Amino acid sequence: MIEAASLGKRYGATVAVDDLSFAVPPGQVTGFLGPNGAGKSTTMRLILGLDAPDTGSVTVNGRPYTAYRRPLFEAGALLEAKAFHGGRSAYNHLWSLALSSGIARARVKEVLDLVGLGSVARKRAGGFSLGMAQRLGIAAALLGDPPVLLLDEPVNGLDPEGVLWIRTLLKSLAAEGRTVFVSSHLMSEMSLTADRLIIIGRGRLITQTTVEDFLRGGSGNFVKVRSPQADSLAALLTARGAAVTRRGSDMLSVTGATCDDVGELARANRFTLQELSEQQASLEDRYMELTRDSADYRTAEDALAEASK
Amino acid sequence: MEAITVPQRSAGALSHFAEVLRSEFCKFRSVRSTLWALAATVVFNIAIAVLLGIFLPGALSARQQAALDSTRVSLGGLHLSQVAIGVLGVLVITSEYSTGMIRATLAAVPQRRLMLAGKTIVFAAAALATAILASFAAYFAFQAIVTGTLRTSLSDPGVLRAVTGAGLYLAVLGLLGLGLGAIIRSSTGTVATLFGLLFVPQILIQLLPQSWQDTIGPYLPLQAGSTVFSVRHEAGTLQPWTGFGVFCLYAAVALVTGFFLISRRDA
Repeated sequence: MIEAASLGKRYGATVAVDDLSFAVPPGQVTGFLGPNGAGKSTTMRLILGLDAPDTGSVTVNGRPYTAYRRPLFEAGALLEAKAFHGGRSAYNHLWSLALSSGIARARVKEVLDLVGLGSVARKRAGGFSLGMAQRLGIAAALLGDPPVLLLDEPVNGLDPEGVLWIRTLLKSLAAEGRTVFVSSHLMSEMSLTADRLIIIGRGRLITQTTVEDFLRGGSGNFVKVRSPQADSLAALLTARGAAVTRRGSDMLSVTGATCDDVGELARANRFTLQELSEQQASLEDRYMELTRDSADYRTAEDALAEASK
Repeated sequence: MEAITVPQRSAGALSHFAEVLRSEFCKFRSVRSTLWALAATVVFNIAIAVLLGIFLPGALSARQQAALDSTRVSLGGLHLSQVAIGVLGVLVITSEYSTGMIRATLAAVPQRRLMLAGKTIVFAAAALATAILASFAAYFAFQAIVTGTLRTSLSDPGVLRAVTGAGLYLAVLGLLGLGLGAIIRSSTGTVATLFGLLFVPQILIQLLPQSWQDTIGPYLPLQAGSTVFSVRHEAGTLQPWTGFGVFCLYAAVALVTGFFLISRRDA
């Protein structure tokens, strides 16, 4: 369980995190989403006590992270890809961390095998690929078999096999009852992994919700209809209070009416339907919609498109 | 699905500090730069002593030889090995920041001052043991080669103190580097500051009036530190242990500042 209350952090004139409150419950994968520069990494650093918040507080399992004497048993973290000395072997890296929390040598071997680095454990970690470095970081996070896991962009730089591995690992860790908090700027990735979402933009909370609710709340859900009598159908639907948008000569987008409604109406009026389907906005669309205003770095085209609206 | 209970696995303050020490020792011994720097310290000290032992007698007249502080000369390798041990002291802390390891380190030991204390103790012990070994090895190597007035004995006044003092000087120099590293955090910046602090004041003071030189000179780091590995007291310098005390003070100020800052800054 991670609980943040009114967290705030600024670096010079830049506000990184602003009055951010959220809770990350156990037993689920919680996705932490936001555009680049939204304050995800800063929040992760605040949770671990690497940076001190200007305002508010954050606790891990009820206490500030820095209050724990053997914190590896409380939470494991994968922050940036490379948080190790390249001259040290993977084994010695993990062993030195394990020693600080009184973790047994056998556990070091165990996590190395778990992440698939058993065969290169004695090699200098500086020669590792990005994917191997990520695996080493995950091994370090798992050392204390902690009930809370924090992972900052864990799929960055991984090949498809690695991405699948992380996805499966995160889900199984959550299924064991752990708190799994994963940041990403990729909604598509989170839609496959996360149960819950915490979305931030410009350091502020945009929403915290379940993936299911998030989708349902989207304004992008509509019924797609294709019919040669599109004009007449549109008139009838509008008369019944639905909002209809024409898309091409025979295509309609209908909101405010279900597929059943449209089908019934068409049958009663002996219209031909060539297509009738419910369209759900993808997480990606919904996410873009929410974060559009808070993205820090937009292309000039985005800004122009917005200005011309 | 049952929630995992939080492991109440904690440790007493003392046993936790022992864990931190073991962790820091593991980090210290598991990078190559440590081995290289410590080996270089021993090798430089012995090699310079041997070279001086071979070539000095032929190069100097009997009178010159008699006038020489030959114990200090035999320890001359420390002028090279201080670079190795100084850089090692710096890297012990700055490599954490340059590699990103500091994030893993502080996630494992959020008690930053405890972590820095562990590092300092591990480095101090290794540096002191190596430097004292290197100094005695240099001294005995030199003595084994030279004859006549160049020879001294550990039982002569000040000789044992000077040979031990050379080891102490090197270890404290490394600690000064570690302290500066904790303040500055950049490897190159700290190395430049450390050796700048040692050598630049020695040059700048030449620009000052003589009376100023006489007043300030003895307290400059290099000049104060050098007294402890000299047998013969030079005019205008501090007494050996006083000078060494001043040198320790520089290291102490750097370390105390480093300890103060490490918990107050973002990592």
